[in-house]
Amino acid sequence: MPDITAKNPFVFYSRLHLRELTGIRASTLADLLAYIRVVPGSSIYHHTHHFLQRHQYLSPEPPNDFAYWVSESLGEDGLGEKLASIDTTKFQSIRDLRDRIVLLLEEERKKKPSIFEKTTPEGEDFYFIKSVSVVFQTPYVAGNLSEFRDALSKVTISSIYFHMFEARLRLERQTNDFSFWIGESLGDKELASKVARLDPYTHTLEGLRSKILNLTDRRLKS
Amino acid sequence: MPLLDDYKDMVGQSVIEELRVLSEHLKGASIKNVNSTAVGGGVAEILHRMVPLLRELGLDARWDVIKGGERFFQITKNIHNALHGADASVSADDFEYLLETNRSNFDNIACDCDVMFIHDPQPIGLVENKGREGQKWIWRCHIDLSVPKKEVWDLLKPYVERYDSAVFSAPVFSPELSIRQFLISPSIDPLSEKNRELARDEIERALSPFNLDLEKPMIVQVSRFDYLKDPVGVIESYKIVKENIDCQLVLAGGTATDDPESEIVLEKVREAAADDPDIHVLLIPSGSDTIINALQRAASVVMQKSLREGFGLTVTEALWKGKPLVASAVGGIPLQVKHRYHGLLCHSVEGAAYAVKQFLNSPEFGARLGENGREHVRHNYLLTRHLKEYLLLFIAVRHDADIITL
Repeated sequence: MPDITAKNPFVFYSRLHLRELTGIRASTLADLLAYIRVVPGSSIYHHTHHFLQRHQYLSPEPPNDFAYWVSESLGEDGLGEKLASIDTTKFQSIRDLRDRIVLLLEEERKKKPSIFEKTTPEGEDFYFIKSVSVVFQTPYVAGNLSEFRDALSKVTISSIYFHMFEARLRLERQTNDFSFWIGESLGDKELASKVARLDPYTHTLEGLRSKILNLTDRRLKS
Repeated sequence: MPLLDDYKDMVGQSVIEELRVLSEHLKGASIKNVNSTAVGGGVAEILHRMVPLLRELGLDARWDVIKGGERFFQITKNIHNALHGADASVSADDFEYLLETNRSNFDNIACDCDVMFIHDPQPIGLVENKGREGQKWIWRCHIDLSVPKKEVWDLLKPYVERYDSAVFSAPVFSPELSIRQFLISPSIDPLSEKNRELARDEIERALSPFNLDLEKPMIVQVSRFDYLKDPVGVIESYKIVKENIDCQLVLAGGTATDDPESEIVLEKVREAAADDPDIHVLLIPSGSDTIINALQRAASVVMQKSLREGFGLTVTEALWKGKPLVASAVGGIPLQVKHRYHGLLCHSVEGAAYAVKQFLNSPEFGARLGENGREHVRHNYLLTRHLKEYLLLFIAVRHDADIITL
């Protein structure tokens, strides 16, 4: 396939996180629920997403922080499993994701009110942390698919994370930046749809990089 | 001194590149680190590596050491111990003496940098110089503040709150404060003598004085002889394991010369070890980095069965060496180890023994968790990540927003 020049170049960005302590901690499920309602969105974001970057070499990766704490520190495996199985890809905003977690915990409280008063062992409180994110442009810019392929093979996993995971929440749309650019700027709807269908939550970030590289390689050879 | 490119093989070219891109936004910014010692101790160790790397990235990084006399250092030692929860006393007079000593350093330590990065309580009073518009003061606390002696913390807290931000190593160490608090974990240097790769013959040579059987399963705990590291509990766990599995135990560490209790602990350890030839109690002087490295690498399972722990860098070291790890869920350890992903967390002697048995009976299970642990450290606890977070911190303190677009 000829290497079409993009209408607009793709500029690779990256986003790095610094953790800020909120001073809020929970030692019971009742506390957890109360605080999940009020902590900043950047805290909900942190506890449902940071593990994807911190544990990005593991597939399947450990569950989100709420699920892990409920299972490992409170010993409530059933509820932990329910929290772990919340499909974060379905949510286009942190607000919706927060509402879902709150609803799940409220339903559980109706069924098993007593577990909401159970306290964790000493030193195992849940500490609410929020992410302070720094977004910046990398030196990589692609004007066509070959350049895109070349840059993708070199950028950090933080950059891949930014364009694959965060586009959805940042732009509140059901796709990722790569797919959007391939479809809109290169006009390659077929490749765009293949990239859009990749489930970022079931691959490691390096795995995702390989998948997209394979797809672009095949396209460039076709 | 290693350069950034020397870390490329371990963390990848793109990570180093990202540090360079990020530091473009801090080019020429002046950062003044102040601590209390130029050599010895973890803080100085980190600064020796960190300051040259920040300079390589184009920041004007500087490092000053506060000067004081014998009384000053006795007071700061008492403060340190009291903040760790020990029974040490610090009077209001003592604290005033500390502040006076800080003031007498004003002429030698120019507080004129864009970021004043003050480490631990000793130089905390330098913040009295705060005033220049746009300048940011950060207090970097390396101490476990989870159960500080209240009257000592009450003396310190008003000074901490004069800073713009504070940085702690683990959430459990952070107290209630009116200023922003960031979480930055410490790190290990993969190129240091304690962590560099060792060939098999180097390991054998380093351990040859100790009469160990390198073919027999070996449980190792490296820690100074201190009640809080629970060496006697480790022996009890080993004895339970030994009922089913032929293995040996190595307890390696030093005694602190200024801590009379450590001699008593060592005595109890020897008593508990009795005449079991498979228990090796090794007293090693501080700075025996090659020996520690070799012991961790020779281990079948590394233990850290502490009753209380700071961040727990010995855990980080063991994970980096890809070792199956059994550690207590205290201090900074749960931050580093997700149970059943990177190691096994325990809460008791019996729990620790059970975990060790799991690893010794299923070496492939241990190898898998060990490999996960190594990757976890590669991505989250090496010096390059620490450097990245310091750069982010210097950027973040200039903004109030949760999302900063450069």
